[in-house]
Amino acid sequence: MPTKKIRVLIAKPGLDGHDRGAKIIARALRDAGMEVIYTGLRQTPEMIASAAIQEDVDVIGLSILSGAHNTICPQLMALLKAKGMDDVVVLVGGIIPEADIPAMKKSGIAEIFLPGTSTQDIIEFINKRLAVGT
Amino acid sequence: MTDKSKVQTEIATPAAPASPVSPRRPSSKEKSWEQDTLKPTLEKSPERRAEFTTISGHPIRRLYTEGDLQDWSPEKDLGSPGEPPYTRGIHSTMHRGRLWTMRQFAGFGAAEDTNARFRYLLAQGQTGLSTAFDLPTLMGYDSDHALSEGEVGKCGVAISSLADMEVLFDKIPLANVTTSMTINSPAAVIWAMYLAVAEKQGADWKKLSGTLQNDILKEYIAQKEYIYPPEPSMRLVIDTFEFGVKNTPKFNPISISGYHIREAGSTAIQELAFTLRDGLEYVEWGMRRGMDVDAFIPQLSFFFNAHNDFFEEIAKYRAARRIWHKAMVERYKSKNPRSWALRFHTQTAGCSLTARQPYNNVVRTAIQALAAVLGGTQSLHTNSLDEAWALPTEFAATLALRTQQIIAHETGVANTVDPLGGSYFVETLTNEVERGAWDYIHKIDAMGGMVTAIERSYPQREIAEASYRYQMEVDRKDKIVVGVNDFVTKESPLEILQIDETVAHRQAERLRKLRAERSQAEVDRRLNSLRTAARGKENLMPFIYDTVKVYATLGEICEAMRDVFGTYEEVAIT
Repeated sequence: MPTKKIRVLIAKPGLDGHDRGAKIIARALRDAGMEVIYTGLRQTPEMIASAAIQEDVDVIGLSILSGAHNTICPQLMALLKAKGMDDVVVLVGGIIPEADIPAMKKSGIAEIFLPGTSTQDIIEFINKRLAVGT
Repeated sequence: MTDKSKVQTEIATPAAPASPVSPRRPSSKEKSWEQDTLKPTLEKSPERRAEFTTISGHPIRRLYTEGDLQDWSPEKDLGSPGEPPYTRGIHSTMHRGRLWTMRQFAGFGAAEDTNARFRYLLAQGQTGLSTAFDLPTLMGYDSDHALSEGEVGKCGVAISSLADMEVLFDKIPLANVTTSMTINSPAAVIWAMYLAVAEKQGADWKKLSGTLQNDILKEYIAQKEYIYPPEPSMRLVIDTFEFGVKNTPKFNPISISGYHIREAGSTAIQELAFTLRDGLEYVEWGMRRGMDVDAFIPQLSFFFNAHNDFFEEIAKYRAARRIWHKAMVERYKSKNPRSWALRFHTQTAGCSLTARQPYNNVVRTAIQALAAVLGGTQSLHTNSLDEAWALPTEFAATLALRTQQIIAHETGVANTVDPLGGSYFVETLTNEVERGAWDYIHKIDAMGGMVTAIERSYPQREIAEASYRYQMEVDRKDKIVVGVNDFVTKESPLEILQIDETVAHRQAERLRKLRAERSQAEVDRRLNSLRTAARGKENLMPFIYDTVKVYATLGEICEAMRDVFGTYEEVAIT
């Protein structure tokens, strides 16, 4: 069992301001005992990567509903790799066409959660993933 | 942009949902029914659950009778259609006289793509246009700005200058078609572009009819597409009111919107209360500008959500009209009946659409649309079945329009005015929703108004709380979402509309050409005049119009105002 609390950065990249999902996830993970940092709106991949380093997080959760995922995600994954942060578990939640999912997973994104996912499923995914990883 | 030092997280304080349940006095007949008929039944077979609530968590009784309407007067509380307090609708004949406007929200790609969709929808019998802009446009950035990367044409149409606007409305006569534009922070700029196109077409501004969303308060509360701080943003809104009263008397300069508040997770009562309190805020800022209330209030229009809970939604629309009438007459001493009648557009709830089993969304949307019609809407957008995945395909958008046409022409529900009027349940629920909304309105009054309430994150916190509560109910299966947390099956993906990056390239090329061909000196001169005016107190609409006419871009104009007004950053609440 990990003794230290799981640290999660919830981020809202891009210009979209629809933050209902991001806020629900942030609160649900916190209620599940994780340490959650919410970046607020309109974060560039650079801002997210440096926040992840500064906060020394285990997980980054991105909420993307605007269709900009194919631009944002590869940029963030490249930055994380360049900064030696490729062990961070990156999750994406939001409106992602199913056809885009295989390429996203190939780029290193651990999981994509589509609309309708329960908060419990996300909590379990993170707990399992980090229990195996450490 | 938020930097690390400004990151803040706060845990919302739990608040109990407002439950303004009516006191009741059951008749002796009802009491004996409870004893003789109900009790034995309950003993034999208990009800499905101990408590029933609406999707918003509002308690619903087993049965409503005259016992629930003891203090209710048909003359005072219901009245007649077209007369105060407008519970039954704002027109005496309602949809018998004229059907609601079928106004499907559309926009994607570049201007020519959306122009083609507009013309297709009009050819299918749609009666008004409604424009969706992409995120860069909504945030006041040109398509070639660094922050626009990956977002151009994705959530709506990309409009960076008058040149794009000319293409958007090419061969669409603005004198005859009413157009709604969903734009907020840069609303004055987009409206100026629209007016410039109308002028070029030779349309008389005095006859132009349509709606600008222009509701900045709900951006701070819910949708978060703001640029400037509240004070200068409100100034821009009031500038459009003033300009509209003088120049475009048939155009609604604002659509005060509850839609996005609901989409952010509010309850029905919160949607109603925050929207109407926003409305009162705009009225008060207009009055402070020195405008006569009855000169500008008749041009204010509203926009509500139509969610799943059928009767709660109908009660919400009926209560909205009653509250607005009361507020106009009692608070602002309005003398003009046109100021008293709340006119509204409705959109079915995007947040109720499911990605799983998407064809179920057709059914949800039809029922939500029916609630809007029974609630007396003036115009309606029905969502497409595929919108939990992407912007709609032409097939899905057509089916959504057909849904409205079936309600209008086949079901018979539009053949009589307020068919639910007098129902014990609907009247009680209308009373309760009204009471719950007044409670919030008074709380916000006590804080000093909506701008202060927003700065204290009060509505934001209430909404976040309600949204979390609902999600937990869904996760626990207290509330069932068909195809999501029950009745789940595996299915194959839908065919969806994909917007590729060629739109962004087309836009960038068009902007390069525009900047090369226009008179840069004239653009600079007019942008400077706008900056100077922004530092003073003048109405900015004429200055914005001047910059638009010489093809200054949306990004340049918004940037000029950013120079003067600064930008807004919220305190993030989770």
